Amino acid sequence: MSIRERLSGNEATAYAMKQINPDVVAAFPITPSTEIPQYFSTYVANGEVDTEFVAVEGEHSAMAACIGAEAAGARAMTATSANGLEYMWEMIQIASSSRLPIVMALVDRAISGPLNIHSDHSDAMAVRDSGWIMLFSENNQEAYDNMLMAHRIGENKDVMLPVMCCQDGFITSHAIENIMLEETEDVKKFVGTYKPEHYLLNKNEPIAIGPMDLQPYLTEHKKQQAVAMENAKKVILDVANDFEKMTGRKYGFFEEYKMDDAEYVIVCMNSTAGTVKETVDILREKGIKAGLLKIRVFRPFPGKEIAEALSNAKAVAILDKVPLLSATGGPLFEDIVSNMFVNNINIPTINYTYGVGGRDVTVKQIESVYSDLQNLQDMSNPYRYLGLKEGK
Amino acid sequence: MYNVKEVVANKPSRFTSGHRMCAGCGAPVVARMVLRAVHPEDHVVVSNATGCMEVSTCIYPYSAWTDSYIHTAFECASATESGVEAAYKSLKKQGKLPEGENTKFIVFGGDGGTYDIGIQSLSGAMERGHDLTYVCYDNGAYMNTGIQRSSATPRFADTTTSPAGKVIPGKMQSRKDLTEIMVAHHIPYVAQTAAYLTLQDLYEKSEKAIYTKGAKFLNVLAPCPRGWGYPTEDLMEINKLAVETCYWPLYEVENGIYHINYKPANKKPVTEFLKTQKRFRHIFKPGNEWMLDEFQKEVDKRWNELLAKEEMTNK
Repeated sequence: MSIRERLSGNEATAYAMKQINPDVVAAFPITPSTEIPQYFSTYVANGEVDTEFVAVEGEHSAMAACIGAEAAGARAMTATSANGLEYMWEMIQIASSSRLPIVMALVDRAISGPLNIHSDHSDAMAVRDSGWIMLFSENNQEAYDNMLMAHRIGENKDVMLPVMCCQDGFITSHAIENIMLEETEDVKKFVGTYKPEHYLLNKNEPIAIGPMDLQPYLTEHKKQQAVAMENAKKVILDVANDFEKMTGRKYGFFEEYKMDDAEYVIVCMNSTAGTVKETVDILREKGIKAGLLKIRVFRPFPGKEIAEALSNAKAVAILDKVPLLSATGGPLFEDIVSNMFVNNINIPTINYTYGVGGRDVTVKQIESVYSDLQNLQDMSNPYRYLGLKEGK
Repeated sequence: MYNVKEVVANKPSRFTSGHRMCAGCGAPVVARMVLRAVHPEDHVVVSNATGCMEVSTCIYPYSAWTDSYIHTAFECASATESGVEAAYKSLKKQGKLPEGENTKFIVFGGDGGTYDIGIQSLSGAMERGHDLTYVCYDNGAYMNTGIQRSSATPRFADTTTSPAGKVIPGKMQSRKDLTEIMVAHHIPYVAQTAAYLTLQDLYEKSEKAIYTKGAKFLNVLAPCPRGWGYPTEDLMEINKLAVETCYWPLYEVENGIYHINYKPANKKPVTEFLKTQKRFRHIFKPGNEWMLDEFQKEVDKRWNELLAKEEMTNK
């Protein structure tokens, strides 16, 4: 039986962690994810979890400690944002290449510099090819639900990869919304216990983790990692299936909002999807066939499925909530158009940079995107800005 | 009563042959003896910082370590082991590990991974009081990348990033005193040791460290034939001279109380130690006598400070 509550994204995430009851949590405070380790250490202090909380001296050590703990045979979790994730960067790759299913809550925030503490996806995008499974969440409910599904996905024998559950800083992490929570007993049953095959604390089978891996083997080991990422696709859907049985809430690679007959489609991730849905409803009342494709699973990238879902549109706008510094499209745009190309889907597709450093995005702005899509004549510059202050 | 022959005969090496460390290197001697101090029935998880020891002992698909071993990166062997130890505590508490089994946590890092890039991670792990023993094998430079200066490099030493040139005669700064920095963490046990004579000092301090609860730190001198410039067969002689000149005093600090384990009746001049190594060759040239004087002064100053600390903490 689900329980109706009102929680912020951070509270929901910390509560999911409490229900999961991991063996080790190692974390360092950084806005806007700080509340997660704060709430969690209260659970530890009050004896509500069995977790050893390691209050590390920095995020690099947070990920190093998670790697050590997970390699030892424990379930390890952490939370961070922006510069914290960047400071971990070296260890992010080591976690995934060591095939350790650590779970991280990433509360997305703009990376420095200059310093900004508000939400965009530059942190997540900076680690997008680091071998982590990356799930995005529109709101507190999805942040909570993704967290409950993460271990099942990462710890699957065919996967064994770390999982990052992303939500937008402040917009989701700090806003209090209604949420349906699951009973702790049901969560525990759903998540299950972690039984690693090989682990450091097994005296009967000493192992070596993190060897020097030179020319004779590295390519094959990296291929194995790539296969695991590919395998994750099926596992993500299987877990979502089981999750739906428990909660009635349905998840896939992405959510299609009024896509059945949609002619003009926006693709985006995280909280902006809420604003887009609102806009779609307004436009639908005016007879405009607007639709939204909201990406939930960004890594592994369901490229073929996304391309197919977009194949009946007349025009597509892809919204990237990151600064565009590459002199080509944003990361989501590049991934989608390349998959459209290899799947022989040729639809006018444009890219918007928006919401950088937490700049608000309004229904009016989203309406302007749909309006642009209905009047796409000049494709000479597909890389556009939304909400940019023009002029001097 | 310690007997090196008995220790070697009765305690199998947990760090095996087949590794690719250089002949005459001090580090494998340290690793082998530290691990011999582990009681045979106990399991060990070794965490190893990137460095000579790591790249030469665990090249896929081989490992020279008979215990469990983890290497993650250069600067975070302590944080990695913090996680392993936290996992052990958590799983033990939950009854998820077999009863009566003991696991010991030992970290090995060179001076680069300990004094420099790894000092934050080390300091954090020591402050948090994880039940682990950190062993720094100090060879006084970044030997793995080709002998670049570190904060453990002694003054005037010739390294590839502090070369003895026409204007600048080697490294200009004195060595960081990491052992004292670790003492300032007020952890239960800090010791400085070396593979001196029969290795008794190294063995006994290792055992004490490993079987004292809490965060422990051992700073162990580990000469490097390539970086220091000595014939490989002179390793033990160099260790001996480092101790007998008081360049590398053997001492321990137990709950804040200093104890100097060896006070030479006749403290040898530090030139005895310096002249054995090519990295100091330039300071013996005519006109450079001031460098020898400065070096001796620094050794004397630190030795006298140590004597004073021993006296002060034993009052």
